[in-house]
Amino acid sequence: MKMFTLAASAAILAWGSAAQAQQALSMWYHGAGNEVESRIINQIIADFNASQTDWKVELQSFPQAAYNDSVVAGALAGNLPDILDVDGPVMPNWAWAGYMQPLQIDESKIENFLPGTKGYWDGKLYSIGLWDAAVALVTRQSYLDELGLRTPTLEQPWTKDEFMAALDAAKASGRFEYAFDPGMAWTGEWYPYAFSPFLQSFGGDIVDRSTYLTAEGALNGEAAMAFGEWWQGLFKNGYAQATQDPADRDGGFVAGKYAFSWNGNWAALNALNAFPDTVFLPAPDFGNGPKIGAASWQFGISATSKFPEGASAFIEFALQDKYLAAFSDGIGLIPATRTAAAMTENYKEGGPMEVFFGLTEAQALVRPVTPGYVVQAKVFEKALADIANGADVASTLDAAVDEINADIEKNGGYGH
Amino acid sequence: MASKFTVSNRTGWLMAGPAILLIAGFVILPFFLAIAFSFTNQRLISPNPTEFVGLANYRQLLGVTMVTLEPVRDDTGAIVMQDGEPEYPSLRALTRNNPDRPDLAGMREWFSFSLGGEDRTYVLARDVVFMKAVVNTFIFVLIVAPVQAALALGLALLINQRLRGINVFRAIYFMPVVVSIVVVSLLWRLIYDGQSGLLNNLLGAISFGMIEPVNWLGNPSTALGAIIAMSIWQAVGFHMVIWLSGLQTISPTLYEAAAIEGASKWQVFRYITWPGLRNTAILILIVITMQAFGLFAQIDVMTNGGPLDSTQTIVFQAIERGYGKQDISGGSAISVILFLIVLSISLIQRWLTREKT
Amino acid sequence: MAMIAADNRGLRLVTRYAVLVLIAIIFVFPLVFMLMSSLKPDQQLLQDSGNLRAFLPVGDISLQNYTDAFQRAPVATFVFNSVLVTGITVALSLLLCSAAGFAFVFVRWKGRDTLLALLLATLILPFETIAIPLLMMVAHLPWVGFDGVSWGWLNSYRVQIIPFIADGLTVFLFVQYFKDLPGELIEAARVEGASWWQIYRRIVMPLSGPIFATAAILKFLVMYNQYLWPLMVTQEEGYRPVMVGLQYFFQLNVAWGEVMAYLSMITVPVLAFYLYLQKAFIASIASTGVKG
Repeated sequence: MKMFTLAASAAILAWGSAAQAQQALSMWYHGAGNEVESRIINQIIADFNASQTDWKVELQSFPQAAYNDSVVAGALAGNLPDILDVDGPVMPNWAWAGYMQPLQIDESKIENFLPGTKGYWDGKLYSIGLWDAAVALVTRQSYLDELGLRTPTLEQPWTKDEFMAALDAAKASGRFEYAFDPGMAWTGEWYPYAFSPFLQSFGGDIVDRSTYLTAEGALNGEAAMAFGEWWQGLFKNGYAQATQDPADRDGGFVAGKYAFSWNGNWAALNALNAFPDTVFLPAPDFGNGPKIGAASWQFGISATSKFPEGASAFIEFALQDKYLAAFSDGIGLIPATRTAAAMTENYKEGGPMEVFFGLTEAQALVRPVTPGYVVQAKVFEKALADIANGADVASTLDAAVDEINADIEKNGGYGH
Repeated sequence: MASKFTVSNRTGWLMAGPAILLIAGFVILPFFLAIAFSFTNQRLISPNPTEFVGLANYRQLLGVTMVTLEPVRDDTGAIVMQDGEPEYPSLRALTRNNPDRPDLAGMREWFSFSLGGEDRTYVLARDVVFMKAVVNTFIFVLIVAPVQAALALGLALLINQRLRGINVFRAIYFMPVVVSIVVVSLLWRLIYDGQSGLLNNLLGAISFGMIEPVNWLGNPSTALGAIIAMSIWQAVGFHMVIWLSGLQTISPTLYEAAAIEGASKWQVFRYITWPGLRNTAILILIVITMQAFGLFAQIDVMTNGGPLDSTQTIVFQAIERGYGKQDISGGSAISVILFLIVLSISLIQRWLTREKT
Repeated sequence: MAMIAADNRGLRLVTRYAVLVLIAIIFVFPLVFMLMSSLKPDQQLLQDSGNLRAFLPVGDISLQNYTDAFQRAPVATFVFNSVLVTGITVALSLLLCSAAGFAFVFVRWKGRDTLLALLLATLILPFETIAIPLLMMVAHLPWVGFDGVSWGWLNSYRVQIIPFIADGLTVFLFVQYFKDLPGELIEAARVEGASWWQIYRRIVMPLSGPIFATAAILKFLVMYNQYLWPLMVTQEEGYRPVMVGLQYFFQLNVAWGEVMAYLSMITVPVLAFYLYLQKAFIASIASTGVKG
């Protein structure tokens, strides 16, 4: 008995000193309030800490809605962690500002990752995601059948005319409050994420990606004007509502208020639970190919970290297929690799959301890769809200261009 | 009061000193920094060095100019009409890429008017959104300050009577105040819902379906009104309490005397209650004005300044720019402008309510 | 005659109560909505939100949302932090600001009028406009603790308390109220040789119940509803207050039932504080026997 206690305490002592030898790495993550997500990230950290003796990751979770502000405040106060996660399109802003440093990861490890999961800025890899997210046109097979509509495929998506004909049919049926639910209640990043691909499919863009120094022509050229008129028509002609209650966004499709809902894969399970015949259709092609937004949350290393090699080791550790699959099963995200997808419930061959993997591979386009994106996204959001509410398309887009260009100039071109 | 017994430099400083020091350190000093930022190009996030830019931020915000345009004429010299109105040349041609008028570059139409005759005058602003925010804020203050103060006084008088269970009502009237404005805004967004919201269903029910559902927050002509109504609802209980504390300072002997002399209710209010509430009234007016100028949370939760800028406000713009668009210098400039506006108003208020000697 | 008068009085009483109740309904209905919604599953909550069922505990009623809310976030920690920070700030604020108000109204001293004008000007500044410079300041302030001097105030209670103890509005509240107090009383006490502290403690404070209560509740509300500042200065979960905690519930698909449950829970301390103070609001000046 005594021997046993001694042995046990010796073990504890040994373990204690081993733990002390581990260098602590602080980490911030946006998953506070999401139990499943927190459990998975904690599991990865525990596995990592147990897998080696050099590093010990310590997690601080933040609620997603407050995360970016917290990081900016932390940076201003000179108090950033070693490892942080970052929303894909925001990364160039933080990298340019000097909040982040490039990853020290063997790039062959991420060869097979979906393109949207890799965060490059200035030719260097700054962030890497375990998953991507995708948006699809959510509807029910029974709606398609009743309205007599062709089911679009990745190879043959709906054209603009087909899409509008589908909305017309849904509207004429009188069954729905609105034919289309673009998700107007989700103000914020949803607008550029979900709606700028429409603009890109029309042939326009938020900013001219050849130089990233102006939005002139991209956001107010002919293609953009056509997009603006189309967008305004959705609301003017009663296909969709410009002001939406957030509760309708969350529960409207399930309650049968909308025929088509433009929504992300994270909401897919909810729809599937309500209607087993829910289908996820690819984005319509408005002329320049069907497009959806790419890039979700990714991991990176802060510029002030004294242990980038430890932080990189952790991130590399997290990139294992089993964790990719765990996140996917837990919160419905698209795993970054095909091999991980095969391990998941929803994205494996024949899985209910397999289509999303194809969507991301085939249609995904990252948002403009520029530090100015953070501001441009805001300007774009306001312009789209105004146009939806009936503002003059040309002058609204002109004003948006002026504001974006003034911002780029004020920032000395954002390093482009 | 100015007797030698009440003069004491040491006591004055000792008692007021701690509060003054804290305010100087944590309010005034940071505000001086904000003023300094407003003359630079300081960004929230940037590797670029901060530069002094003089009044550029203020010029950008406040730039306003007018152009008068003649109507378009066809070859015969007759005015081209469109939808029964004369047509005017496009402003876009004037303000965009126009080498003749570099001063107009980047300006937008704020509003236009016609002083009789055929010509039309367009008021262009460099920052139309900010101009609208200033106008909206003033509308909000001008409606909220008097209405809320009056309603609060009415409630205070109503609640200041001896009645069984009055405490319960006092507590209930105050309840909206204890709930955070963010929470209240969330709740009211559901109530104001354009299709199936409570308010629309209620109006429909009392009018037997005569009143069509209104998209309260989605319609530029009702959005600001809806926010005003909700804001008054939320805050009126607080000012009721301040009025109440003022009512307590009025001596009951005055009321007793009035009762003996057979004064009417109105006379009692006019000659006893109201004069006794003088300092309270000043306090309430100033507090409401300050709070109204700070209008932000409701906008942030309910409308984001829309639809069509009908609910933009000064503080919302300051924050949207400073944080959302990472433009600390622009946001600071807006704060300084707001400070100057409110300072001048409170000086005018003080002058109007000064003690007449 | 007597009967009619009695009837009249009865009728008037009924009308009075009717008016009071009607107004009460207007003020309380969103809160009943909140409370009832917190008992319902999301689906039903949203269906009920447009009709009278929103105010009734009908359908599938349970405390499930409350259980889930505790699962999702450390609710107790948030409430504790908020109550602690708010309580300390309110107490210190009442002390320092009433003392300042006293000095501004009853004591004559050099610089008084200038400082008062300056203080009033600070009323106007919305906090958001000074938040960034303030953040840069507090990140580098020193602090002397048990373990020596440390730099930077982030992730602490003090950073949420000290900057908010004194504010122009609270001082102003006291100034305006003290002006209505009988000044002769103070002068008389001075003539009789009372110290300033005695006057403050024995004469002014007993007369000022209503304003202390008003200032306390105002400060309480401001502090309890803090969001932007704690968000900027607390990176550790252990120091977060309730309004930052609210963000835990706004995930991509909002769990409205849990939101309502959380809101109902965090409203309780404020309501309790108000009810506790309620008596002070009506502590009439007459009851102290002083006549103006």
